[in-house]
Amino acid sequence: MLDLVLSYLDLITEENIWYVITTLFFVLLITLPLFGAVAYLTLAERKVIGWMQLRHGPLYTGWWGIGQPIADAIKLMFKEPTIPEKSNLIVYILAPVMVLVPAVVAWAVIPFDANWVLADINLGVVYLMAVSSLGVYGILMAGWASNSKYPFLGAVRSGAQMVSYEVSMGLCLLSVILLAGSMNLSEIVLAQQGMWNAVTLFPMFIVFLISILAETNRAPFDLPEAEAELVAGYNVEYGSMPFAMFFLGEYANMILMSAFASIMFLGGWLPPLDIWPLNLIPGIFWFFGKIAAVLFFFLWARATLPRFRYDQLMRLGWKVLLPFTLLWLVGQAFIMKLMQVGWV
Amino acid sequence: MTQTHNVTVTGAPEQPFTLNFGPQHPAAHGVLRLVLEMDGEVITRADPHIGLLHRGTEKLIENKTYIQALPYFDRLDYVSMMCQEHVWCLAVEKLLGVDIPKRAQYIRVLMSEVTRIANHLLWIGCHALDVGAMSVFLYAFKEREFTFDFYEEVSGARMHANYFRPGGVGRDLPEGFTEKVTDWLPQLEKTIDMIENLLSENRIWKQRLVGIGVVTPEQAQNWGFTGPMLRGSGVPWDLRKSQPYECYDELDFEIPVGKNGDSYDRYLIRMEEMSQSVRLCRQCISMLEGGLKDQPWKIQNFKISPPRREQMKADMESLIHHFKYFTEGFHVPEGETYQAIEAPKGEMGVYLISTGGPKPYRCKIRAAGYAHLQGLDFMAKGHMLADVTTIIGTQDIVFGDIDR
Repeated sequence: MLDLVLSYLDLITEENIWYVITTLFFVLLITLPLFGAVAYLTLAERKVIGWMQLRHGPLYTGWWGIGQPIADAIKLMFKEPTIPEKSNLIVYILAPVMVLVPAVVAWAVIPFDANWVLADINLGVVYLMAVSSLGVYGILMAGWASNSKYPFLGAVRSGAQMVSYEVSMGLCLLSVILLAGSMNLSEIVLAQQGMWNAVTLFPMFIVFLISILAETNRAPFDLPEAEAELVAGYNVEYGSMPFAMFFLGEYANMILMSAFASIMFLGGWLPPLDIWPLNLIPGIFWFFGKIAAVLFFFLWARATLPRFRYDQLMRLGWKVLLPFTLLWLVGQAFIMKLMQVGWV
Repeated sequence: MTQTHNVTVTGAPEQPFTLNFGPQHPAAHGVLRLVLEMDGEVITRADPHIGLLHRGTEKLIENKTYIQALPYFDRLDYVSMMCQEHVWCLAVEKLLGVDIPKRAQYIRVLMSEVTRIANHLLWIGCHALDVGAMSVFLYAFKEREFTFDFYEEVSGARMHANYFRPGGVGRDLPEGFTEKVTDWLPQLEKTIDMIENLLSENRIWKQRLVGIGVVTPEQAQNWGFTGPMLRGSGVPWDLRKSQPYECYDELDFEIPVGKNGDSYDRYLIRMEEMSQSVRLCRQCISMLEGGLKDQPWKIQNFKISPPRREQMKADMESLIHHFKYFTEGFHVPEGETYQAIEAPKGEMGVYLISTGGPKPYRCKIRAAGYAHLQGLDFMAKGHMLADVTTIIGTQDIVFGDIDR
């Protein structure tokens, strides 16, 4: 026993310590800007939707409402966290953590530019799918632990919704993998050098966009928190920081899914055309620009579309998107085999 | 399957999932408390509870003069204020047996139609918000602000106008008022078009509305539905056409009638009613600016309307009239009457009994929403939870007049 502990001590070498420190540094380098982006995404959302609705959005907190996210954060932090008497305390507290953490750890495999990636693993796509589907547990736990009817209905809806849209989303990803011949996100980006997947796999791109809307519980698929029916759904009973963590998780997930969409379909950090003025701009700006474009789509959909009903959402997922993606995938594999291109 | 069967036979009977919907629910349109019994997300029973906004209006009116009772009507259906004032004025005038000047009639109809537009704008905004389309709410409310501007201009108050009077209106239209309304109407038509563009052919909107809350013509008549709720089921019944009051028989407008009796038909009807109201406003304005320009805007019998201020200084009779009008009020001959108008939400009626004297003996108010809300159970049965908000929205209920 002692030998075992001592053998671990051998691991504490100068090299390993530096490895841990540099990794921690890179983790902070990703997560801190991520939280900043989440905070300012809320401002962007309020501004963009405000403009679409003939309003101004926040204006008075700092110049042009720029201090609004900070004010919101301070307000939430100083609120008293209330815990319902009949709730299951441990699960109740754990649920917001379960929503936030997967949305953050998923960023490990996202390549920001050529070789700018924390963990360049070969199963990046699978890792992302696995981690992003963990978020649903947080919502289920929140709805269940609150021991209240509205959160319960929200949690049940969200569980069903996220699972059914993950299927068609997975099939979209499969067709990209088929085309790129790799599950490494950097290689998928590099495979799009000539032509973005959004062009070659345009229908799948649309299905993917719909699926990420459903996956992140955003309008018109915001059924788990449909304010007109369920008031706020799974987070009715939450307040203060636990509520803020749900919020952070949701928005971090939005940014994550936008980044995922840009990598899988919009050529990641690559410029649209590899020609002179465009390829001078560093790849990371292209990447952020594409994320912003997909995020704008999220906000745009929210300002425009009415909400689906629960059964209609299920019908769309299982009876429209799933058969379509399946047929497309089989057809694509068939054509690729016939033409002797790619991986197949 | 067999196992669940055993449980129901041997154990306690299966309890339905009851959900307390409101009164603090964002889609409850005020203070509706709805006890829903559900099987999963499917509604098996919807039990509306009312009375949370009861203010005893009818009883209070018994102790007020006919003029003092008027502001209570603003506060009944607080979304279509002047229409409620209208029904009260008409009922009192009917008991008094007086006719009011033409200009007063046209002013009343103009303001009633502006009110109808205001009501339907609020309705489409809230209905769309309930169904999840956020932006329509703000587009509609922007136009609704203009109707409040008009209220403010004629009466000084933006919401509870207290503008109509038994015998006419409170004061003449201010200078330049008709021009302002004329300038606003095209802008309103543009907004109506925009909202229709956003919603009418929107697949999600149609999925959420078509076939939801179907009311057959028989059901609508049996349950006492009126207004768009009745016309949506294909019954062409509009009091403005069938029993014209004021000057509606001189005006040219059409009554949109639905076919299927579902929420989508009622949506189309209300949108078309707004366009028809625009038409009515234009006709009223052309009359008010034309032949009726300098006509009196209230009855010239100073027993039931205040005399001119200048006359009061010179004329003893006028001073007495003024004093009596504002202290005792006017006397209404003995009798009873029922007067109804086509309010934006349906038939708004007043049953009024007078035993002589300046105060009514009894005033019973018929609110359209009260009858509609009764139908919530059969309309919602078998639908899902999300459809309940659609159905509450399509009924266009407001608790000011249901609870009175």
